[in-house]
Amino acid sequence: MSVWDGFKDAALGRSLVERIAERLDALGATERQPVRLMEVCGGHTHSIFRYGLATVLPPALEFLHGPGCPVCVLPMGRIDDCVAIAEDPRVIFTTFGDAMRVPGSRKSLMQAKADGADIRMVYSPLDALALARRNPDREVVFFGLGFETTMPSTALTVLRAEAEGIANFSLFSQHVTIIPTLKAVLDTPGLTVDGFIGPGHVSMVIGLRPYRFIAETYRKPFVVAGFEPVDVLQSVWMLLGRIAEGRPVIENQYGRVVPEDGNQRARAAMDAVFEERERCEWRGLGSIDRSGVRIRDRYARFDAERRFSVGGAVVADPQACQCGEVLTGTLKPWQCRLFGNGCSPETPVGALMVSSEGACAAWYQYGGARRGAA
Amino acid sequence: MCLGIPGRITAITDPGAMLATVDVSGIRRTVDVQCVAEPGRPLDDLIGRWALVHVGFAMALVDEEEARATLALLETLGEAEAERDAMRLTADLDRGEAA
Repeated sequence: MSVWDGFKDAALGRSLVERIAERLDALGATERQPVRLMEVCGGHTHSIFRYGLATVLPPALEFLHGPGCPVCVLPMGRIDDCVAIAEDPRVIFTTFGDAMRVPGSRKSLMQAKADGADIRMVYSPLDALALARRNPDREVVFFGLGFETTMPSTALTVLRAEAEGIANFSLFSQHVTIIPTLKAVLDTPGLTVDGFIGPGHVSMVIGLRPYRFIAETYRKPFVVAGFEPVDVLQSVWMLLGRIAEGRPVIENQYGRVVPEDGNQRARAAMDAVFEERERCEWRGLGSIDRSGVRIRDRYARFDAERRFSVGGAVVADPQACQCGEVLTGTLKPWQCRLFGNGCSPETPVGALMVSSEGACAAWYQYGGARRGAA
Repeated sequence: MCLGIPGRITAITDPGAMLATVDVSGIRRTVDVQCVAEPGRPLDDLIGRWALVHVGFAMALVDEEEARATLALLETLGEAEAERDAMRLTADLDRGEAA
């Protein structure tokens, strides 16, 4: 089976690969001195692996798999707090299924559920609100995680809970924001990134304006991309063009979904409900200033962190874990000492192995035979 | 969760609460449509439109061709089935809400 079989338009894919190769040649990029592009979003990571893009592109191009999978950057201390809340017998703890297997220092939510905690997987925060209406004698807590893609949904759910006067619903916010995260990547010593494949659905919410500093201050090109393999290839081609011209700009390859100004209503809801946290812990990356959000005082009664006394302790990543080096692209997933050696999608040690959008899980699933290629 | 899934808006179930029924590959689900409501236009104008749905919220209107291409992509990535599973898992809750 050819890599191209999965393409909706294989001819376009092939032609883009040829044109990318020409631009790489013109730039003088080589396998030893490749152009390094970071895809920020885990959705792109998944697509790149699933379609084997690294194998069809010349080795003079290197993808760095960025920190944009919210499940993969969940620190153990926050999972511990969730488990502690969930173990309160008054509580029905609700979460997206993705978070169930992320290890905490004591146990994952999955293990806590097996041990008797009332933990329920939901599709939407609206399901958690429905549970709260139906169970007025219980405390229903929703575990809100994700970047600006999912942040509006939890903000709007809090606003709905307030409008309806639902008193037994609260939110545990582990939402993170993309801009401080990108700044942290750009400020990482020793990390060279020549350009960014920008997140599609975060940008659908926040628009393009917030990224301007990347071009203006850091002089890097940034292309917001769709998730089809040809979208990714076209974005790579665009980025190489800007690199060749020495003209860093913020561009939108995914205009069919991403409006220039984002989604006003979603942004307004996020602004109403959330405010910056001074510090936010990330698995593998440590603390990143102002990269997380918490619930504003006005909505304090919907804040699970205030309703339940949680430890809030910072728990160090497992010592053997090298998630941080993988997240910043200094190690390939398979170069981690735990990769396939105690850490696998079935028994993840690091969160990059938990989600199919994590670089390690994607590599494990699709990349085994392609070690030399990317 | 992050990639969302396209669905077709088939009915406005509660205009005051801005809730609609969306058909996602044959699964019907109540979805919040306030982020795609067009100011000054009746919500009924959304009926028949395709939207990208993230965790129960319509976040962007897309054309049918884009919706179908995205569905095909999500099938390949295995994400479409995961989304449908999550929707099925809470179908009881959702029906309770719609009723």
